Amino acid sequence: MKTFKIGGVHPHENKLTAGYHITTAPLPQQAIILLSQHIGAPAQCVVEKGAHVKVGTLLAQANGFVSANIHSPVSGVVSKIDSVVDGSGYAKPAIYINVEGDEWEDSIDRSNTLVKECNLDAKAIIDKIAQMGIVGIGGATFPTQVKLMPPPNMKPEVLIINAVECEPYLTNDHALMLEKADEIMVGVEILMKAIHVTKAYIGIEINKPDAIDLLKEKSLEHQGIEIVPLQCKYPQGGEKQLIDAIINRQVASGALPVSTGAVVQNVATAYAVYEAVQKNKPLIERVVTVTGKSLQNPGNFLSRIGASLSLLIEAAGGLPEDTGKIVLGGPMMGRATANIEAPTGKGTSGILILTDDEAHRPDASPCIRCAKCVAACPMGLEPYLLSKVVAMGNYDVAESHHIYDCIECGCCSFSCPANRPLLDYIRHGKGKVMAIMRARNANDKK
Amino acid sequence: MNKLVVSPSPHVHSGLSTAQCMYGVLIALIPAFIVSLYFFGLGALLVTATSVLSCVIFEYLIQKYLLKGQPTIANGSAILTGVLLAFNLPSNLPLWIVVIGALFAIGIGKMAFGGLGSNIFNPALAGRIFLLISFPQQMTTWPRPSNLPMGLDAETGATTLNVLKYGNVEDIISIDVMEMLVGNAGGSFGEVSAIALLIGFAYMLWRRIITWHIPVSIIATVFLFSFFISIEKGLEFALIFAELQVFSGGLLLGAIFMATDYVTSPTTRGGMLLYGVMIGIITIVIRLWGAYPEGMSFAIFIMNGVTPLINNYMKPKRFGEVVKHG
Repeated sequence: MKTFKIGGVHPHENKLTAGYHITTAPLPQQAIILLSQHIGAPAQCVVEKGAHVKVGTLLAQANGFVSANIHSPVSGVVSKIDSVVDGSGYAKPAIYINVEGDEWEDSIDRSNTLVKECNLDAKAIIDKIAQMGIVGIGGATFPTQVKLMPPPNMKPEVLIINAVECEPYLTNDHALMLEKADEIMVGVEILMKAIHVTKAYIGIEINKPDAIDLLKEKSLEHQGIEIVPLQCKYPQGGEKQLIDAIINRQVASGALPVSTGAVVQNVATAYAVYEAVQKNKPLIERVVTVTGKSLQNPGNFLSRIGASLSLLIEAAGGLPEDTGKIVLGGPMMGRATANIEAPTGKGTSGILILTDDEAHRPDASPCIRCAKCVAACPMGLEPYLLSKVVAMGNYDVAESHHIYDCIECGCCSFSCPANRPLLDYIRHGKGKVMAIMRARNANDKK
Repeated sequence: MNKLVVSPSPHVHSGLSTAQCMYGVLIALIPAFIVSLYFFGLGALLVTATSVLSCVIFEYLIQKYLLKGQPTIANGSAILTGVLLAFNLPSNLPLWIVVIGALFAIGIGKMAFGGLGSNIFNPALAGRIFLLISFPQQMTTWPRPSNLPMGLDAETGATTLNVLKYGNVEDIISIDVMEMLVGNAGGSFGEVSAIALLIGFAYMLWRRIITWHIPVSIIATVFLFSFFISIEKGLEFALIFAELQVFSGGLLLGAIFMATDYVTSPTTRGGMLLYGVMIGIITIVIRLWGAYPEGMSFAIFIMNGVTPLINNYMKPKRFGEVVKHG
């Protein structure tokens, strides 16, 4: 069974909503659309207050190379262009739309007919993807078209589709694969065409046997697409770990993943690409897993982007009495938020409601150098050492021990028997060290 | 509605705690304890009880009154130190000497360095070596194992290691390896039964408390090293000699339970292997050419001191360090 070579852990999967159908979440009364739902520059607003918009109307335009278009997920009137406190707790620029009805742009094909043929060439496909505002919706929200245009000296050899879903609790990709297998396959073919490769691997962990079987069956009708079952191990969905697991190549420290010849896209992104290219549909809705042990009605919800967290939580039965923490994303890498009125974005893959018992960290005790963090680190770092030197402010030692390679997967803190907040220290130190390195590079250039 | 907690990721934990690691090792020591009760009787029980109690009490007193902090005796590390110290002592050792050993182990070996996690040397080992140097006679008078309820009166005799060091070929070949596997041999009472110790090893591997690297590298090194230096006396002799070196003295107890102490052993796989090999070599060198018949304690003690250096030079293999294109 294939998997990545260094480190990793296997947390309790807790996939409470595995096998649940995708249900459509109710339309919000007000949608709040953040101008920055992707990595890169925030998009530039192109509508004015009072403007009438339909579903799919362009609201904001990509502002630079690494940026993405944003379309209206609802129909109605732009009520204000202001800022909103998002999940991070900071105020961010956003467009408020009062929802009226559900009127879509005529250009969007809303039928369920499968469109297999794609006659566009690579450039036209990439333009279409950029135009429709597609970003990596596995969580990183990197604009998809940028990843499809690697630097000229790096030539993609294979496409890897990330259908690993190694985060505990999340099942949105799993549900999508079971219900939209044909569309995903076409999306993968379009992506292959866009980067001129003839081979694609879809990596799926073996805790989703039904998805593996279904996609294997579908792959018989498509040339060059191979399903790769993977051992269940976190963080296999990390781009570097997935490339290592599937084609046995390791991205060098500091290099672009495409330097290995692999371009990685999330399976839900492949579906979004299908809808964008074949159906003219911008990225205006996505599947969000709303889950937690105390939730009455957890599920995989197809939700318009810009709906508030509370709307989705209500759809899942309302916030339980014993709620202690709300996490955007999965429990290993997700961000906790205290603001349930925050809007969802393109990257919101899940809303996890942890009970009060699960929400608190146990007290930390001294490091006993058991080296479980060293064994768990998928990047081959020494978390106990890094956290110690960062605590002392020895950033030069942290740099010489490659703190910048940390992918913040959380395996170290997860496995520490002394409950030490290893990743907290490392994240802080990584930020400091990267700033020092940038300043030094800037100095050297002078 | 409770207040919502906001903290950085990860939001889940493996559930493993320091106390679980410590109690896991204690569970792994149960078979060896049962065997020692069978062969050494009340003496083994009294020494163990005294050692554990003194270690826990000394740790509590030092943490509470000297360091004026919150005592952490519940995490089981003082109990473990007590048990390991006891297992390295003869079962007829006067109990006041045991108390002194415990005081040194906890007071100097552990708390003086800053407590759990900060000590350079394995506390139990520090206590044992202190006693060995301070009370050489009492520490090297081993009762022969006897199945008497009052093992305190058992007669004393030469241990396997003395035979291996000073005996001739016939004496060595006449040693019954089976008896040593079961534990019917002279020595510190926790170290005599190879089978009981190996059961503990298997348990710790299964529970993933330790990895195989340190014990296996020590045992393999001891076996190969003693095999090759005795090969001139014939293949059959060399095999028996190497086998006896592995099963005698504190080697298995040391390799499985003492050298694998988290705090004082290296953190990387490569470092663990180097550490194990060095312990194996030093042990045999002391056993054969040194002043003491047993070198295991000293070997681990020396390598404890080298561990920070090993951690400095033996680094884990980094992701992307060797770029493969195949």
